[in-house]
Amino acid sequence: MIKVEKLNKSFGDLHVLFDIDLTVNEREVVCLIGASGSGKSTLLRCLNFLEVKDSGTITIDGEQIEPDTHDLNQVRTRVGMVFQHFHLFPHMTVMENIIEAPIHVKKIPREQALREAKELLAKVGLSDKENVYPAKLSGGQKQRVAIARALAMKPEVMLFDEPTSALDPELVGEVLATMKKLALEGMTMVVVTHEMGFAREVADSVIYMHDGRIVEVGPPEKLFGNPSEQRTKEFLDSIL
Amino acid sequence: MEWLTKFFESYPVFLKGMLLTFELTAVGIFFGIFVGLLFAFLKISKVRVLEWIADAYIFLVRGTPLIVQIFVFYYGLTSLNMSAFLAASLGLAFHNGAYIAEIFRGTIQSIDPGQMEAGRSLGMSVKLTYRRIILPQAMRRAMPPLGNQFIIALKDSSLAAFIGMYELFNVATTFGSNTFDYMTYLLIVAVYYLILVFLFSVLTRKVENRLAVSE
Repeated sequence: MIKVEKLNKSFGDLHVLFDIDLTVNEREVVCLIGASGSGKSTLLRCLNFLEVKDSGTITIDGEQIEPDTHDLNQVRTRVGMVFQHFHLFPHMTVMENIIEAPIHVKKIPREQALREAKELLAKVGLSDKENVYPAKLSGGQKQRVAIARALAMKPEVMLFDEPTSALDPELVGEVLATMKKLALEGMTMVVVTHEMGFAREVADSVIYMHDGRIVEVGPPEKLFGNPSEQRTKEFLDSIL
Repeated sequence: MEWLTKFFESYPVFLKGMLLTFELTAVGIFFGIFVGLLFAFLKISKVRVLEWIADAYIFLVRGTPLIVQIFVFYYGLTSLNMSAFLAASLGLAFHNGAYIAEIFRGTIQSIDPGQMEAGRSLGMSVKLTYRRIILPQAMRRAMPPLGNQFIIALKDSSLAAFIGMYELFNVATTFGSNTFDYMTYLLIVAVYYLILVFLFSVLTRKVENRLAVSE
């Protein structure tokens, strides 16, 4: 589904990603873990070209994407993203947030967009919030709307950038439950997270990053239970 | 009592002057908003030449008195057979555009960059994201300073008297010089300005409340 080879990215003098190789198969959930500043969010943002790589290749669904030859707006409709701070549109109701891009980017008829949005809201358990403005929602509800908004574009892959890090502890569960549901339905997902419980339970593969490099990749049982790299072990010891 | 008598005697003429004042202000603000939006975008374009043009414009407008600008428009445009009304209202638009540009630039930049990212992540183009996501929010935040600027423009329109526009201030001074009773007519015209400003502030507050749903 996604194949990344020799990806490098710098911000000015600061080199943040070094020769990243990454493969995400269809229907697979990959969790990126690591300390802040390790480059995991930047890697995620390179995957939908919110950050443009310096070198290397990114292949999505067999097609190598280059900023000069591809319409990145079109590429982004295929790669959904959920942000740490939700970034819902505050001047629009929940329903308007969800139908905005389908109507104005995909040019889907309004009735169809509304119908699909209702299904998505039911899926994230917020059918009663259709006409509410984001300011009236809790953090967990906002994030579930943000997930529905991204799903409305029918993406092939979903990227999650620390989706529960800005939430009060009691609201983390409802967002993780929604993501788990999505994973069980077979959505391909790349998740930057500090929720080790979620990674252990849902991920097919976990990637530990440190200082802009991938240190270790493995199935969760292996990476959490018996990491082969000393640095992975130290990181896990420091947080668990 | 004498003041009241004169107020009621003179009101048909003052109402005409008030209408002209209103028209000058409305046209000036209408074009001022377009000019302001244009230069606000030049300033945030991150294209050095465009930023420089916007800076030069704002420097010119802020650095010279409005009366000079109105006279330049007057002598410039009337030589092209355009009316004094057009000269005055375009002068006001040119002047207010600079201040409105700074208002819009400020409120556009005050919108969380995450909003642009969210729009982009959904496949929206930069232009579409500005139009659908950023500008509606920036406009709402711009309403209080914009309302203030409108009131300044309304009062500044009195300078059009100096290029022969028979607006409120000109009506007052004409009555004054005809009757040698300046004070009475200046106090009368002050009442008309107060009424206009009051109506403007009510109007902008209405718009503000209508846009306030979200925050």
